[in-house]
Amino acid sequence: MALLRYESQVRPPLIEGDKNYHQVTVDICRPVEARPTRLWWIGFLFSVALLCFGIVSVTMEVIYGVGQWNLNKTVGWGWDITNFVWWIGIGHAGTLISAILLLFRQGWRTGVNRAAEAMTIFAVICAGQFPIWHMGRVWMAFFVLPYPNTRGPVWPNFNSALLWDVFAISTYFTVSLLFWYSGLLPDLATLRDRAKLKWRKLFYGVAAFGWTGSTKHWQRFETLALVLAALSTPLVLSVHTIVSFDFATSVVPGWHTTIFPPYFVAGAIFSGFAMVQTLLVVTRKVLSLEEYITLEHIEVMNKIIILTGSIVGIAYLTELFIAWYGVNGYEWFAFRQNRVNLSSPYGWAYYIMMGCNVLSPQIFWFRKMRRNLMVTFFMSILVNIGMWFERFVIIVTSVHRDYLPSAWSIYYRPTIWEVGFYMGTFGLFFTCYFLFAKFFPVVALAEIKHILKRSGENYKKKMDEVEHEPVEEFVAEHGHDHGA
Amino acid sequence: MAVKKFVVGCFDDEAVLFPAVKKTRRAGYKIHDVFTPFPIHGLDKALGLKDTSLDTAGFFYAITGTATALGFISWVFTSDWPLNIGGKPHFSLPAWIPITFELTVLFSAIGMVLTFCYLCQMAPFVKKDHFNLRSTDDLFVMALECTDKTNEAETIAFLESLGAKDVKVDRKETRWWLGRYDRESKVFEVKEEATA
Repeated sequence: MALLRYESQVRPPLIEGDKNYHQVTVDICRPVEARPTRLWWIGFLFSVALLCFGIVSVTMEVIYGVGQWNLNKTVGWGWDITNFVWWIGIGHAGTLISAILLLFRQGWRTGVNRAAEAMTIFAVICAGQFPIWHMGRVWMAFFVLPYPNTRGPVWPNFNSALLWDVFAISTYFTVSLLFWYSGLLPDLATLRDRAKLKWRKLFYGVAAFGWTGSTKHWQRFETLALVLAALSTPLVLSVHTIVSFDFATSVVPGWHTTIFPPYFVAGAIFSGFAMVQTLLVVTRKVLSLEEYITLEHIEVMNKIIILTGSIVGIAYLTELFIAWYGVNGYEWFAFRQNRVNLSSPYGWAYYIMMGCNVLSPQIFWFRKMRRNLMVTFFMSILVNIGMWFERFVIIVTSVHRDYLPSAWSIYYRPTIWEVGFYMGTFGLFFTCYFLFAKFFPVVALAEIKHILKRSGENYKKKMDEVEHEPVEEFVAEHGHDHGA
Repeated sequence: MAVKKFVVGCFDDEAVLFPAVKKTRRAGYKIHDVFTPFPIHGLDKALGLKDTSLDTAGFFYAITGTATALGFISWVFTSDWPLNIGGKPHFSLPAWIPITFELTVLFSAIGMVLTFCYLCQMAPFVKKDHFNLRSTDDLFVMALECTDKTNEAETIAFLESLGAKDVKVDRKETRWWLGRYDRESKVFEVKEEATA
């Protein structure tokens, strides 16, 4: 029977070391069951401090209005929408890993999908803050929802890209959460059944929803995962497409471009994987999960980074070329004067974007660099910076000088409360991530066990010997009569 | 509450479990359930379980979402409150596709997860018994249902001969969760022609 799970020796093992099912459980549950380390407390408290700074910044904005930010009539979208698009982009890797790679039957996703999905959910929560608080009168945020009201009823404009955004992001958040949590249930049940302390039994007992591992339940579970993956796959691609419509359906030079949807989606996957690398390179080390999140996983994700980074690079060059080749003078002005021109107010941002997103990932053509943890970590930070500047370049350089010179804005720079809000979302993100890494299994337990006999190092070694046996001996030893 | 008796055997390898399941069914025992730490492909077939129709339910939830979005938006924009936006037609389908798509996915996902929880009778604060706590760790636990006629010693010996470890008789109160399995138990019945 075990032979049915055969995988070629060409593929490197995804689970290193001499593991059995119980060892997998012990290894992955260890960080959850141990007391939090000093390092965890330092990281956690620092994140909470950042979060508090964010809360103060947002409070200032709520009390005094959006005027607390340096936005003006011309630059109406500044750091807030830049951060929104940036966080949403980061929130694309998790569901891509768990949905698209599930459909493509990629075994390596099992090591990283749980953490990446959690990251997705936290990133979407952070992203959602920006448009909500940007509303100014945030207590009226529910006006975006189509609910029966006494004013007509007046409905929101369903033809507006901004309303599509509301639906896209809330759907994406809900579906990602359901997908993530339904996948977590069996692992929470494992923690529940291993729990010794009373509060653990209660907490994981409640969280596991009474999961038993019955065969019928697993059958439904797998169907659910497969269909949710099939639903999430177009959903992932749709979300950043719709975010790009916020710009593409407008008439601002530099925004009004048909290339935006694929370009934004590639950029989102690019930045999402960079953030996954940032988190996992540290997580695997701190939680001693190097045998489950192996160098192989890191390398595969670096390959995705160079692929999507190069797609993004092609997109940058294409839009530049079309701006020059096209007949729209304003479009060419937006590129020539506002971006490529280094001496223009935001010219430097364009070159940071180009350097970080297009040039720097090219280092990953070298296998040695793809498997180097320090390089990977450094590059992931660089890509995140580059992708933030991409959104900044698109948003701010396009609007600050568009049609009428009399409407051009003086140099836009953020106030401390704009920066504080951004820092606050980092606090929120890392507070959530630290709690997740402490209370939930960071690696998908059941899924690792599922591929253990196929991709585990010790099992692959056994198979290697089998592979070299003569056919007759092989059949004599392992063959079985199907009629029996 | 009534008490039911089960003979429970643990397997530590799915390669042993599979032939054991086949032989147990062929011998005419009634398998109450097999609890495994991870999904084992083909085990549902080996147990004679029917395919789940959760995916079909998902499809119907999805088209409900599509119909809700399209119906609602076209009602709002063509009849309830038509807006003149640059002289464009009131019924502007292409602009409604994004929201229609999102609601299709949303309805389907929420509906399927709720249906999944209902079918598996899962919710927060639900407590269920799965005979052996290690069945969520590394053991594959098979529970055979006993009737008045069951010879326990014989059943235990049979399971041990199939490679099961730590075989013992377990008594469980028939609570609501057991009740559901009873109704489903038809699918475990061995058909006449399959019995050797």
